[in-house]
Amino acid sequence: MNRVIEARGLRKTYGELAAVDGIDFAVEPGESFGLLGPNGAGKSTTMRMIGGTLDRTGGDLRVAGLDPGREGPRVRAHLGVVPQQDNLDEELRVAENLVMYGRYFGLPRRHLTAKAAELLDFVELSAKARDKVSSLSGGMKRRLTIARALVNDPSILLLDEPTTGLDPQARHTLWDRLFRLKETGTTLVLTTHFMDEAEQLCDRLIVIDSGVIMAQGSPRDLIREHSTREVLELRFGSRRNAEVVDELVEMDCRLEVLPDRVLLYADDGEEVLGEVHRRGLAPVTSLVRRSSLEDVFLRLTGRSLVD
Amino acid sequence: MTRVTPSPERSAERARRLGWWYAAESQLRSMRAYLGAITLSAALEPLLYLLAMGVGLGTLVDAQNGPVDGVDYLVFVAPALLVASVVMSVGTEMTYPVMDGFKWHRLYYAPAATAVTPQQVATGHFVAAMIRFTVQALVFYLVMLAFGAVTLGASILVVPAAVLAAAAAGAPLQAFAATRQDEGGAFVFVQRFVVMPMFLFSGTFFPLASMPLWLQWVGWVSPVWHGSQLARLAAYGAPVPGWLVAVHVLVLAALAVTGIHASRRVYARRLAA
Repeated sequence: MNRVIEARGLRKTYGELAAVDGIDFAVEPGESFGLLGPNGAGKSTTMRMIGGTLDRTGGDLRVAGLDPGREGPRVRAHLGVVPQQDNLDEELRVAENLVMYGRYFGLPRRHLTAKAAELLDFVELSAKARDKVSSLSGGMKRRLTIARALVNDPSILLLDEPTTGLDPQARHTLWDRLFRLKETGTTLVLTTHFMDEAEQLCDRLIVIDSGVIMAQGSPRDLIREHSTREVLELRFGSRRNAEVVDELVEMDCRLEVLPDRVLLYADDGEEVLGEVHRRGLAPVTSLVRRSSLEDVFLRLTGRSLVD
Repeated sequence: MTRVTPSPERSAERARRLGWWYAAESQLRSMRAYLGAITLSAALEPLLYLLAMGVGLGTLVDAQNGPVDGVDYLVFVAPALLVASVVMSVGTEMTYPVMDGFKWHRLYYAPAATAVTPQQVATGHFVAAMIRFTVQALVFYLVMLAFGAVTLGASILVVPAAVLAAAAAGAPLQAFAATRQDEGGAFVFVQRFVVMPMFLFSGTFFPLASMPLWLQWVGWVSPVWHGSQLARLAAYGAPVPGWLVAVHVLVLAALAVTGIHASRRVYARRLAA
């Protein structure tokens, strides 16, 4: 199968600073591909290079077989873009936003009127079609931005931090729509610094930090490769955390000490918790959970994703 | 999602040819929100200007001085007032809306993510403003007709003269506004110390030659003067030699073309660099 996006040695530098420092990745058609990393990791820079709205400094990049640096408009005709910051036209009404955006792709007005109704139905905003954009909630605006990105039936949808700033319910509604899109064969490429989002939505992802790829694979493979099956989270209170570390180190499992808690990595968290109690360490709270991408990131970089 | 959408290749091809118009269309649609205010000011402004300057001041001038430039003061001042009023609107269409596009609502970033180029976004903004100015000039012309300041016919060429002057002032201002990262008083400065002097010292209310020589240069570099002289030629056949008509047109066209070119470069740098 032809790869819809292929990057080799992709670089973007600003003077001495390398925002993206020679990364390689490829996205297959119909795949849901994620770029996971903290703020400033180079995710958005990579997305803008894919869309041809930012020139790359070096390396090779192909999107739908075209070079976005040279043929930006032709590449973007294949793309739907959901930017990090909403830029809906608040002077226009909800449905008008879709029609107007579709005009940028040279689509006829009659086609767009029907298309707008169809897309508003898809994102459950039909009842708001004639409302002013300024009256929509944050979650609704995000859904409208997604509908807008679909107006040209793109084969690739780029989503930059799609759920940042949304409440949990709005996030789940949005994830549901993205799942449905994936089912229709649309290729999704998304950046996120939320590990749960990456786990929910991505078939495969790259973990980026400081412009370089730290690891890549499916969420499950990454967790298996870089973490244990379970994690025991212990809180001893801010003063005692440091005191108990000496004792915890003696236990036969990996240890991460965070400012507010201590993490112990083991395949059987309950067993380790029993051992902690046997040693008389008595944590204030304890929690056994499955390993997540957050743990992978912590392992790879020594830092938490959301600082 | 059964509706068939034209292929990406076709979309890109259409946008390559007409992207500037799609961008203009978007601006014009946004302007609809202020259509009431725009129409009202387009109709009221000429009414007030012509009443105050043409009729009020005109009665005095005609009684004291007799004809100016061979015609009644109202006939002399009306075409220049039309040009000046349209050029003054440049201060609103080419400053804050540009800042809105890049910064406040980031509206330019929407088309920049589509098959439209940043250069076309720049041209689209310019074209939309020119369409607005054309309507404004037409309304002014109708009021001039109602006041008897002009007779219907070739005098309608005052409209393109005014729009050309607005293009000459607007395109460089659009490029300047696009270079601004934040407003920081720059637009107020431009309004007070560039647009206002152009209005006052460009031979709108009196022939430029009646000014002391050391002040006449303001008129020579001002799109309002070049545009007003063309408008006077169209309105009542003011005695402007052929070579000077060519100079007026060339100066205005050069300013407009240079401004558009600069805008397109700045937009490309900010939206795709």
